[in-house]
Amino acid sequence: MASRTAGHLTGAEPVLTAHAVRRAFGPTVVLAGVDLSIARGEVVALLGGSGSGKSTLLRILAGLDGEASGTSVVHGTAAVVFQEHRLLPWKRVADNVGLGLSGVDAPGRIRRALAEVGLAERHRAWPAELSGGQAQRVAVARALVREPDLLLLDEPFGALDALTRLRMQILLRRLRAEHGFAALLVTHDVEEALLLADRILLLDDCRIAAELPVDLGPTRTPDDPAFGALRRHLLDRLGVPTT
Amino acid sequence: MSRTSLVEAPDEVTAAAPVVPRRQRPARRWRRVVSPAALVLGWELAARTGLLAAEKLPAPSDVLATGLRLSRDGTLGIHLLDSLTRAGAGLLIGGLLALALGTVAGLLRLGDDLVDPPVQMARMLPHLGLVPLLIIWVGIGESLKISLVALGAFFPIYFNTYAGIRDIDERLVEAARTCGLGQAARLRHVVLPGALPSLFLGLRLAIGAAWLSLVVGEQVNAQTGIGFLMMEAREFSQTDVVVLGLLVYALLGLISDSALRVLERRMLTWRRGLRAT
Repeated sequence: MASRTAGHLTGAEPVLTAHAVRRAFGPTVVLAGVDLSIARGEVVALLGGSGSGKSTLLRILAGLDGEASGTSVVHGTAAVVFQEHRLLPWKRVADNVGLGLSGVDAPGRIRRALAEVGLAERHRAWPAELSGGQAQRVAVARALVREPDLLLLDEPFGALDALTRLRMQILLRRLRAEHGFAALLVTHDVEEALLLADRILLLDDCRIAAELPVDLGPTRTPDDPAFGALRRHLLDRLGVPTT
Repeated sequence: MSRTSLVEAPDEVTAAAPVVPRRQRPARRWRRVVSPAALVLGWELAARTGLLAAEKLPAPSDVLATGLRLSRDGTLGIHLLDSLTRAGAGLLIGGLLALALGTVAGLLRLGDDLVDPPVQMARMLPHLGLVPLLIIWVGIGESLKISLVALGAFFPIYFNTYAGIRDIDERLVEAARTCGLGQAARLRHVVLPGALPSLFLGLRLAIGAAWLSLVVGEQVNAQTGIGFLMMEAREFSQTDVVVLGLLVYALLGLISDSALRVLERRMLTWRRGLRAT
């Protein structure tokens, strides 16, 4: 598995290119040759049923899986937000956000990142004192503070209640508009994919089975008839009867 | 009139609320002192009335007087210092060795395969039963006492270091990796703080084992130390000194344990995060 991070950027270059990514756990093939490219500032949703290998693919792209084959190159910097917040319980919120960060301006950057997710006043709190939604917002701040070119999101709101999930989706849309990062959003939630993504990839049968651009404009609501049509189409592809 | 009572009522409630538990808590604390105090008082009375023969168990006041006498003439201080030195040296040697081996076995697969099996086997030996063998190996001098303490301290620290490292959530290590932390930084920011609660538990158990080993070790041909003081007193049937020695051992255990508790509370504040707010 060749995985590298290119430092110098040229404008037209995609932020992520992956080619012929394969992964098997023993005799079970999970990914049988996946090709993937994400443009600068583009949000791509990776949809698939549970066990379809979408989280496996994200872990490979994040460089966390040493046993996959194929190539995956991130041109620039990447940061990951996992399904669980994965904050270190022994570090206060600000120290968690600033984990591995260096430079004289680090405290200021941490403060700004926390302010952006609306938790500026909680910087001294321990992770155990936060609610699930707050902890996940800190995890988003921890990723944002690194000013990534690419954000890898592994079902980031999957463990949250429905209301908190809606708020987090709005927050992510706002942050994306401000920072212009590219993102790969792994999700099994069709509506979430339609709300956030510019393009949707369907992972099925160990490969990318379909690709679907989402031309719904910047302000999207599920009430939009075009939204409903795409939703039905996607659910149909996923094998969920809609009527 | 009714208006003033309405305004004042909430104030009274908030003022009264914290007072009630504050009054109850000391009452309970005092209640817990009652039975130990009664036991000591009963002991004192039984000794004074001659119900307990002085050579079997002297009155607590006599033991206290003996303690004062021995600390005034410096005897107690000398023996205490020697016992503390042995415990400290043994704890340091056994503890550092256990920490090093436990870390190697916990972090590296090769270390686990090579170090853990012999340690697991050695654990089954009661270390106090090794006294005859140790006498043959290191003699009956200082090294026997220190080896015994080191052996006693080794196992709890080794096992808790090992378990503390193994119990660290792999997902946290992974998250630290995505934040750009290298191996050394991951050890410092994730593994060490993650294993710290276990290390404290190991240290507390080790200190208990160290005192126990010292009691046994100091009864083998010692010329100084609290254990020697007790053995010598037994020769002359000075029961008060024997009981005093026991009390000193108990106090040493109590003091070291509470000191460690305070340290633990300081260093592991994050575990009490929920209660702190």
